[in-house]
Amino acid sequence: MSEYSSNRIQNNPKYHQLVSQRDTLAWTLSAIVCVMYFGFILMIAFAPDFLTQPLSADTVIPVGMPIGVGVILVSCILTAIYVRQANSVFDPLTDEIIQESLK
Amino acid sequence: MRTLKNTLLAFITALTLLAVPLSYAADSAAPAAAAPTAAAPAAAPAAAVAPAAAVNPADLPINWHAVGMFLAFVAVTLIITYWAAKRTKTATDFYAAGRGITGFQNGMAIAGDYMSAASFLGIAALVYMNGFYGLIFSVGWLVGWPIILFLIAERLRNLGKFTYADVASFRLQQGPVRTMAAVGSLIVVIWYLIGQAVGAGQLLHTLVPQISYRQSIIIVGTLIIIYVTFGGMKATTWVQIIKAGLLLGGATLMAIGVMAHEGFSFEKLFADAVAIHPKHLEIMKSVVPIGAKANPIESISLGLTLMFGTAGLPHILMRFFTVTDAKAARKSVLYGTCFIGYFYILTFIIGFGAIVLVANNPEYVADLSKSILALKGGGSMPAVYLSHAIGGDFFLGFIAAVAFATILAVVSGLTLAGASALSHDIYANVIMKGKATEAQEVWVSKICVIGLGILAILLGMAFEKQNVAYIVALTFSIAACANFPILVLSVFWRGLTTRGAVLGGYTGIFGSIGLLIIGPTVWTKVLGNGPAIFPYDFPTFVVLPAVLIVAFLASVTDNSESAQKERAAFNAQKVRSETGLGSEVGASH
Repeated sequence: MSEYSSNRIQNNPKYHQLVSQRDTLAWTLSAIVCVMYFGFILMIAFAPDFLTQPLSADTVIPVGMPIGVGVILVSCILTAIYVRQANSVFDPLTDEIIQESLK
Repeated sequence: MRTLKNTLLAFITALTLLAVPLSYAADSAAPAAAAPTAAAPAAAPAAAVAPAAAVNPADLPINWHAVGMFLAFVAVTLIITYWAAKRTKTATDFYAAGRGITGFQNGMAIAGDYMSAASFLGIAALVYMNGFYGLIFSVGWLVGWPIILFLIAERLRNLGKFTYADVASFRLQQGPVRTMAAVGSLIVVIWYLIGQAVGAGQLLHTLVPQISYRQSIIIVGTLIIIYVTFGGMKATTWVQIIKAGLLLGGATLMAIGVMAHEGFSFEKLFADAVAIHPKHLEIMKSVVPIGAKANPIESISLGLTLMFGTAGLPHILMRFFTVTDAKAARKSVLYGTCFIGYFYILTFIIGFGAIVLVANNPEYVADLSKSILALKGGGSMPAVYLSHAIGGDFFLGFIAAVAFATILAVVSGLTLAGASALSHDIYANVIMKGKATEAQEVWVSKICVIGLGILAILLGMAFEKQNVAYIVALTFSIAACANFPILVLSVFWRGLTTRGAVLGGYTGIFGSIGLLIIGPTVWTKVLGNGPAIFPYDFPTFVVLPAVLIVAFLASVTDNSESAQKERAAFNAQKVRSETGLGSEVGASH
């Protein structure tokens, strides 16, 4: 990588736009995963009675089971959201930035 | 180079030929008919595992289905290794499969690397013994993946070449940072290898009692040495892809079998499990292993370890260097996460299915008068016997072969990651200071593969009778406390200096090891020293913050000239990590 291209990129406003957009999305989604997961873990640690109560009177399935499976499913959905956004927005922007740095 | 290659070839062939008679010799020296230890589900450090029952080889006929399918798997993977060996010429071919792996293929391979026998047999066994508690592991082992995607995968691909140490040391001093990263990687790899080797020995010996524990380990060690030295990352990747396909297919069939038996009703499945399990409704309320006291801090520490440990496993991080570009790296995490999430939901069904179909069944239970849960062949068997209950000898053979393929694939990935830390980081960049030729580096890493393979065999034998239940806690703690935070800091924090990275990294490595040694699993259960000095199984909740504080303080107080330069180099590193400009190019398609 030439230092020249790297410096040009650092002076390109689109680069800062890319970094701030991607950082916002990545850290927001990370925060959602952490809140969701550590919410689950904190409930296990401090409110086990809530998690282990049956979903309804005529079932043995505890509340924690759909919550746990839900954490897994939502994690998969969030990764899909990130990939979609990266493919449709971040990749074209990155290509533009690299093209402009090589001019 | 040619003679070196031939010497190597001759050596490996000799090793292979020696393996069988050697293992017989080893056995005659060892006490006969060793009982598998009870620690097999390494996934369950704190879980109560049923005591193993001795299997008398003379009692059981050979399961020809298992042997046949296992041999078929070995034959296919050896053909792939031959194919890959002809296409493995450069260091990039050897370590990173020529960077020609697609996102989908890498997603499968990631799943193949991650879904170890410990997570397949282990989570199923954990659910079988403890019910709901197993779900905590499934969830914890999955949520590391979105974090890897959002924060690590693309940047790792853009900055690194072959190892995660490439990234951690990108703008820092190569020698000390790479050494620290390589030490962290190697400790994780070697202990993970021990866990897998012990599991392989117990599993194969239990399924085919005519093959002893030691022979099983020698077979595994020899096969992975062949895969990795000749086929490098290409062969390793394809072994993992095939294994992931087999494992996902096998687990799907088992889950369908369980649900068909239960009339496709989850309500009935769980109700039947509660009725059969000796602890009844307790299995739906287990937030800690059944019989253990609730411990909020331990639960939080376990949660931290599982999530961040995933993002610091060297053999997993290495997979991101095999793909063509950052875009493929990103896609591969999406595929990988979905496969792994799907698989963990299946293992949960399989564990409950085993309570219904395996527990209390005289065909599988060691001694019904003592316990209706304790199985012949030890604690890791619920999933294996469930396959027999569903599909008879044929399906048992298939699942046994899949479980064995799983171990081979995971061990291959681990061995390659360990060898790359030794050859690429320590040899090429620390000792030779980047002056080694590519051919020398690859040659050294092949020697390291052989060395690690032999080490795995020897340690696997040495640990036969040991309680290896602390291994998951150990490897995931070091990965979560050393590898992961230093990697993230080096990529995101301008202020990190060599001093901060090295002191922080060693705090993570030695802090984890030290607290594990004085913790309940090692101090009390392994060493038998009475009550533990540090009362928690997972030290992450203490060590991870300590690492961040040490790395922060050691960095901000560092005003040396080199530290100034390291901070100044952050901007250029960031451009490369964000845009991929200047990163290692992949094979074009």
